[in-house]
Amino acid sequence: MQAVLEFTKEQIDEVDGLIDRYGAHPSGLIPLLEKVQELLGYLPLSIQEYISEKTHISPNRIYGVVTFYSFFTMEARARHRVQLCLGTACYVKGADAMVEKIENDYQINFGESTEDGRFTFEKARCVGACGLAPVVIIDGEVFGKVTVDSLDGILEQFA
Amino acid sequence: MNTIKDIDLIRQKAQQDDADQTCIYVHMGTCGIASGAMSVLGAIKNKIKEDGAAKDVKVVTTGCAGICSQEPLITVKIPGAEPVIYKQMDEQKVLRVYESHVKGDSAVVEYALARGMEYQIKERKASAGHIPGEKVMTAEIPGIEELPFFALQELRVMRNRGLIDPAKIKDYIGRDGYQGAIKALTEMSSEEVINEAIGSGLRGRGGAGFPIGLKWKFAAAEKNDIKYILCNADEGDPGAFMDRNVMESDPHSIIEGLIIGAKAIGAHQGYIYCRAEYPLAIETLNKAINQARALDLLGENILGTGFSFDISVYEGAGAFVCGEETALMRSIEGKRGNPRPKPPFPAKAGLFEKPTVLNNVETLSNIPQIIVKGADWYKEIGTEKSPGTKIFSITGDIENVGCVEVPIGTTVDTIVNQIGIVSPDKNLKAVQLGGPSGGCIPKDYMHVAVDYETLQEYGAIMGSGGLIAMSDDKSGVDIAKFFIDFCQDEACGKCLPGREGTKQMLQILEKIDSGEGSPDDIETLKVLCGVIRKTALCALCKTAVNPVLSTLRYFPEEYQEAVKTKVEMGG
Ligand SMILES: Cc1cc2nc3c(=O)[nH]c(=O)nc-3n(C[C@H](O)[C@H](O)[C@H](O)COP(=O)(O)O)c2cc1C
Ligand code: SF4
Ligand code: FES
Ligand code: FES
Repeated sequence: MQAVLEFTKEQIDEVDGLIDRYGAHPSGLIPLLEKVQELLGYLPLSIQEYISEKTHISPNRIYGVVTFYSFFTMEARARHRVQLCLGTACYVKGADAMVEKIENDYQINFGESTEDGRFTFEKARCVGACGLAPVVIIDGEVFGKVTVDSLDGILEQFA
Repeated sequence: MNTIKDIDLIRQKAQQDDADQTCIYVHMGTCGIASGAMSVLGAIKNKIKEDGAAKDVKVVTTGCAGICSQEPLITVKIPGAEPVIYKQMDEQKVLRVYESHVKGDSAVVEYALARGMEYQIKERKASAGHIPGEKVMTAEIPGIEELPFFALQELRVMRNRGLIDPAKIKDYIGRDGYQGAIKALTEMSSEEVINEAIGSGLRGRGGAGFPIGLKWKFAAAEKNDIKYILCNADEGDPGAFMDRNVMESDPHSIIEGLIIGAKAIGAHQGYIYCRAEYPLAIETLNKAINQARALDLLGENILGTGFSFDISVYEGAGAFVCGEETALMRSIEGKRGNPRPKPPFPAKAGLFEKPTVLNNVETLSNIPQIIVKGADWYKEIGTEKSPGTKIFSITGDIENVGCVEVPIGTTVDTIVNQIGIVSPDKNLKAVQLGGPSGGCIPKDYMHVAVDYETLQEYGAIMGSGGLIAMSDDKSGVDIAKFFIDFCQDEACGKCLPGREGTKQMLQILEKIDSGEGSPDDIETLKVLCGVIRKTALCALCKTAVNPVLSTLRYFPEEYQEAVKTKVEMGG
């Protein structure tokens, strides 16, 4: 079996454990990919091929699933994942101003990472905390009632 | 093996437990936690430990209390006195409440939201705002029955809101939980369960409003050893969080609804398909399922009744289209969530090609009480064609943001102006219902009743329950563009009209919005709406045209205005 260069042996051992746990049943594929991404941070082609060989699920099908669901990413994310919610409630409460600010301050498109590897900016569609709109989610933590002015202070907490 | 007797014992004990103890309820939904409920909880727990008062004061973590804009909330209940709900707590405030109210017996008026708890509203109203035997804390704090936000609600699905710890099955059982499942499994035939559901008139709360009893009947009629019942917890409408609220606050009501549905159709395996964006809901559901298994309420031979049924939680991976029933089933099969044409309907060939029923979270949560209290009880509120209640998550330019449960047929005015209350610095323009497949009700139509048929007449839909108050900050074109952008992004791309049609609509709307559009563009937009509605494969893109049609209907002058500039400039 070919080596997966990007990852350590320990990581691959853990992936093997996940494959044993989820790989046997067809409906285990998405949970398996979710867990592997949780572990490795992203799902490059090399790891998709590795999973394919081990589970005998065709690489096309795995690639198809990875590209279909927005939860999956094939590129490594920066140290911190910053998601701006653009659901309806956040939109009404002025989330677009925040998008503009990020685009201006960082000269970056959504989906991309800053050059220093600190932030990946993404758009999110409602995390259900609409009561606190507009909402920003950093590494899974929800920050509510964010304003253009308070955003910098929040980002500063993440080095 | 646990039996029905064991469940009864747990129920009796749970009912006695809390009756004569001082309780501090900390309300901890996702919003509560995001507003700081964790540190409030930590502060109060530490203080109680320091005081060595753990035996006398019980801290109960419950799901959310429904009014997000006042989070973090706590409720203090001392035996013999009225409970008091406190709003916008932090570490300092909660300690002051502890010193003054819990230790000193006098409520902190500045922080108080209301006297009394939601389950007491009817009794408080009936007895002039004071329940006999309860000491009045201080009349300076409004009674909960005087606050329209609470008083105008009718809690059925959310009847346990703020009262039970979702992580403790005994709390649910203590509130007569699992009595519906026990009744269905021991006293009723599958036909009787279905008839009760049909008789109640309960319609699917996921959007389409199809009667649940009929859906069950079709699946029950299929002969097959393997059938599935699924719960749709994908909650894709961006701006809706009712289902999250139910999952986080009262997970067992969903499990119980699934058990009853399983009995009705003859299924032995169920799935709850929950979006990955809801980690707390997923964790809460998994805990609840494990506890139900431990008490033999799930698994082989439930409570010795001979009926077997189990549930797994399936985590979605971020695709709005997976809320659509056939796409959801493909996703559980581990495939791309592409919808497929119907027929065959899922009742015949659904998940893994087996007969399958899919019900929404809120729909299922209604079921246990319908079985316990009967179809006639259920029909006491709501309208003739749509009995019962509906939960709305109300957001936007209003003061009281939160989850509200009202009888179907309540007017938009009641929900927005009395329960929600438009922010004083804003002018209400319209209320958007039903998310990306819904439409607007403009401010001149506030008398409109929210029920399936009436809303449709006005070009909106009941939808899953997202209700957003929009002020005149946003134009009709803005609103249309926002939703088409969403649908265009989320369209799975499987069919041409869906894929290309939504893209073209977005381009035209952007053109109009930037002042580059012409009157012809408005006409093209209308034609496109018609074509997509007729030819798209699934409801995602078919209904994506609704927000556009709705804003064209109510705010035509705003579209005209946007293209006029261009005409004047000679374009
Ligand atoms: C694009 C699309 C998204 C949907 N999203 C949801 C959803 O998030 N939650 C839901 O309960 N129903 C959703 N539905 C409706 C479901 O397909 C289905 O009608 C519903 O879950 C059935 O349950 P009910 O009869 O209890 O309402 C969606 C439908 C479409 C077409
Ligand atoms: S209508 Fe839209 S979501 Fe549905 S199959 Fe076609 S492209 Fe996909
Ligand atoms: S719309 Fe942003 S959290 Fe719901
Ligand atoms: S506080 Fe519960 S939904 Fe917001």
